Amino acid sequence: MTDLALAPSSDPKLLSRTKWAVSDIRTVTWRNLMHIVRVPETLFFSAIQPIMFVLLFTYVFGHAIPVPGGKYINFLMPGIFVQTVCFGAISTAIGLSEDLHTGLLERFRALPMSRSAVLGGRTSADLVRNAFVIVIMTVIGLLVGFRPQPSVINYALACVVIMFFAFSLMWGFALIGLSAPTAEAAQLMTFPILFPLTFCSSAFVPIATMPGWLQVFARHQPVTQAVNACRSLMVGGPFTLSSAVWYSLAWSVGLLVLFVPLAIRRYRDLV
Amino acid sequence: MPNELAVMARGLTKTYPKASVKALDDFDLDVPVGQVVGLLGPNGSGKTTAVRILSTTLQADAGTATILGRDVAKRPDSVRRHIGLAGQFATVDENLTGKENLTMVGRLCHMSRGTVGARAIDLLGEFGLADAADRPVKTYSGGMRRRLDLAAALVARPPVLFLDEPTTGLDPQSRLALWDVIEALVGAGTTVLLTTQYLEEADRLCQQIVVIDHGRVIADGTPASLKADMGATVLELTLDSPEAATRVATLLGGLANSEPHLLGATVELTVENGPAVAAEALRRIDASSDDLLGLSLREPSLDDVFLELTGEKTDVDAGAVAAGLVQDPAGHAKEPS
Repeated sequence: MTDLALAPSSDPKLLSRTKWAVSDIRTVTWRNLMHIVRVPETLFFSAIQPIMFVLLFTYVFGHAIPVPGGKYINFLMPGIFVQTVCFGAISTAIGLSEDLHTGLLERFRALPMSRSAVLGGRTSADLVRNAFVIVIMTVIGLLVGFRPQPSVINYALACVVIMFFAFSLMWGFALIGLSAPTAEAAQLMTFPILFPLTFCSSAFVPIATMPGWLQVFARHQPVTQAVNACRSLMVGGPFTLSSAVWYSLAWSVGLLVLFVPLAIRRYRDLV
Repeated sequence: MPNELAVMARGLTKTYPKASVKALDDFDLDVPVGQVVGLLGPNGSGKTTAVRILSTTLQADAGTATILGRDVAKRPDSVRRHIGLAGQFATVDENLTGKENLTMVGRLCHMSRGTVGARAIDLLGEFGLADAADRPVKTYSGGMRRRLDLAAALVARPPVLFLDEPTTGLDPQSRLALWDVIEALVGAGTTVLLTTQYLEEADRLCQQIVVIDHGRVIADGTPASLKADMGATVLELTLDSPEAATRVATLLGGLANSEPHLLGATVELTVENGPAVAAEALRRIDASSDDLLGLSLREPSLDDVFLELTGEKTDVDAGAVAAGLVQDPAGHAKEPS
């Protein structure tokens, strides 16, 4: 029974638990990123959709939407960035649902790995993918006339605000992915959340153009705050609204406080 | 430590949400260290539920279970460091290569990078997957996938291994290959709890068999003792024609426990004392005008046992049942359906 003697018998302490949790999250993140390497189509097509939105709003709808104090493309791009990461969070739900239904999560759950690693690794990998898409979108934006203010720091800060918001949203979508009966259902379940959030926001049109009752929702919801924060940092000028940065960060923290424990509990209690 | 239990379950009960029937109902199990115990039962009998509770991926509603003395509900992390899980419900990652899969599992078992790399290469070689090591798993055949799945369960050298229907859905050749692998593991001292619906598999691999149906243990023992509990031997006599078989059946009727069973030119009798009855049968046939072409005495198969215990035929290996004389609990011989 040498095998018995080899296996550590006591439960590890907090410090080493934290160390292993980080290692586990890295391993699962690597695994999810390998999926992008093996199936690069997913990355390609997650960039196609926002590019089409840019072209659609720039050349088809854009001229019909008056924006006070600035060019529409400068108004639009921050909205596109936020919309892109919101839709990108769908893959968090789909990916987890697939892992659940293929039985991979069953294997993970029988391993001595951290209980937060599957979700942490999934959201981290999706964050990396989002960063990629934002870089691509920045290039596309510049090509069609997007002119952010010349501050790399502000641009980077805007990206941090967007990514942080994306990260918080992914944990909510992780909960959906672990609760949906199939991956397809998981995807469909995200739409009723995503459409009102992204379109009834300041992403594509000024909120002042909406009916009064809708303005109440549109003005305060998290996508609007993220878009306003992003506009303020990236473009500035007529779009400056520094308070939005704090509102957006507060929303993201709030979503994380709510959804991280719920998603992890859901993972723990999977049947 | 000859008497130490690798796996112990007492009174495990589980009802799934949205299901009214109990998946497990007061389920007990003992698996001594170093043994292979087979959990045998039809689909839906509770085998997988038992394995999931014992491997900490599912919480029982009632009852306790320990792995090497560690409570699965109270110290799941410690349990997870001592078990490997493989089988139909625990899969590998399709988009990773075989080697990447093993490396990932090893890292998640907190082995060092160097150790994991060497271990992965060893296992891939041992399981005949060396050539496919750097190919994505989606290009693997079913048998290769199962071998990789089993290898993944073994990366961290767990002392206790759960194999949930390891060969379900495999072709006969892949099944035989996987049996060899499992036998080698057992030879190396691993404790194995194996679930299966194949009686042949349990018979070949397991030292102890626990028969489970509707979430309850309905019998347990060694394969031989379960068969002996049938309390009978099957005597098969082959004649040169069905007519001769009918005449011999009449001649020997009184020797059998139950009505003789006719299958073409063969007569089958379930008898108490095989050798004595066989000798008497030979004398009587010798004195008659018929020629005996063949005679055999065989133990009842596990299929016979299973059928008697559960009243259901296993969906596979029905051929083995069809080849034998099947007794119902009332002791009447009947035609297998």
